[in-house]
Amino acid sequence: MAYSNTTRGMYSDILTGLKDAGLFKQERFIHSAQAAEIEVEFPAGAPLKKVINICANNYLGMSSHPEVVKAAHEGLDSHGYGMSSVRFICGTQDIHRTLEQMVTKFLGTEDTILFPSCMDANAGVFEAVLTKDDVMISDRLVHASIIDGIRLCSAMHDTFKHSDMEHLEEKLQLHNDKRLKLVITDGVFSMDGDTAKLDKMVELCEKYDALLFVDESHSSGFIGKTGRGTHEHCGVMGKIDIITTTFGKGLGGASGGCVSGRKELVELCRQKARPYLFSNTIAPPVVAGVIKVLEILSASTDRRDKLENNTAFWRKGLIEAGLIIKAGDTPIVPVMLFNAKLAQDVSRDLYDEGIYAIGFFFPVVPQGQARIRTQISAGHEIHHLEKALEAFRKVGKKYDILGKSKQEIIDRYGM
Amino acid sequence: MQEIIKNYVIKEYVEDDTELTYDSPLISGGIVDSFSMVSLKRFLENKYNISIPDDKATPEAFDSVNKICTLVREYLK
Repeated sequence: MAYSNTTRGMYSDILTGLKDAGLFKQERFIHSAQAAEIEVEFPAGAPLKKVINICANNYLGMSSHPEVVKAAHEGLDSHGYGMSSVRFICGTQDIHRTLEQMVTKFLGTEDTILFPSCMDANAGVFEAVLTKDDVMISDRLVHASIIDGIRLCSAMHDTFKHSDMEHLEEKLQLHNDKRLKLVITDGVFSMDGDTAKLDKMVELCEKYDALLFVDESHSSGFIGKTGRGTHEHCGVMGKIDIITTTFGKGLGGASGGCVSGRKELVELCRQKARPYLFSNTIAPPVVAGVIKVLEILSASTDRRDKLENNTAFWRKGLIEAGLIIKAGDTPIVPVMLFNAKLAQDVSRDLYDEGIYAIGFFFPVVPQGQARIRTQISAGHEIHHLEKALEAFRKVGKKYDILGKSKQEIIDRYGM
Repeated sequence: MQEIIKNYVIKEYVEDDTELTYDSPLISGGIVDSFSMVSLKRFLENKYNISIPDDKATPEAFDSVNKICTLVREYLK
């Protein structure tokens, strides 16, 4: 056995180091379906506690929607549990292609290819469509899965300051000698909840003959008047060359992702993207569920409209309570606390009040920008949000942070 | 050369009021992430009309303004 006591000790020390640094992550066991109200066992072995969940990516409340659950059951019955094959051998069913066509129509693109997750889509797309003669220019706050995909690609890589269009233009000029330039951004940024300036980015990409990539994971289904995403919100539908998105958030919450965009680039992914070639695709019941989600969202904007109203209510309530939030209009609403320990303490006290919200701190967010990231859902009713606001007011009062400026909070608790 | 490179690093990478000296650790200090080194390398090559081989453009060689100056001088010869 090669796993000697010395080796075990080495790994134990690494885990102890994570705990000492406050970076050790612990799962909380949920005993109910994902919803606005859930039953949680935390810490492990504790009695179940019914709490309001304001930290899920369940933006449209589709995770446990009865029609989606029914469709998944029917998909399980008609198409089975799994495929036991990758797509290009014997792992493609009619419903996989149906879903790809529906996503193409929903996003207003030319074609779509499914991936096991959006993490896989982002891991595979860059190396499939770029070579060492090309350059990728990414926003400095893009999601970790994009960074991993960039690392796997042989093209040159550079960054521009977050949402800084002048800096992006400088970079496009600097790399103008490259065969292809691909500008890379999130549509909605997951930690701050702000929206990419896609209209400006399209202008710059047209000016410098560059391609544009957008990860729409935190926008598909609810950003834009009919929920098509940030490209609809910014008036540039049809002008994004590559969109990646997930079915693990607003579009059902289960799993799966895709690359959608120019048909030649999608076809190249089908020929070359390694997570597509070497992994099973989305399981049949999940495919059937996502198809139902898209049918529901294409028939009515009721759910994204409700989410918009809930978000406005929540943002207004937090501001009126005297808390500092990141400006914006998306359902990702970070409550800024700046100090890591304060963020953890507030999260714990909120949980005691029946509110499930998590503190984020360095290295997940920059040093001195610790926060509670709240995420609103169409599954929330106003009474859920009122209860959560009451908890924030009570806990905020305990720590004397209501109505206080950033500097006052930092002076008291440190960065 | 030191001042030119220092000013470029501040303009390009420093987004708060962090003070920078010629010996401040850029990569190991988290001021310049390894991804962003490419623009620094291209800036140096354009500015000084040199070509720095990829295997010489290491995080260690780019870790301070003074170390960058040493590297650039090597290829100016």
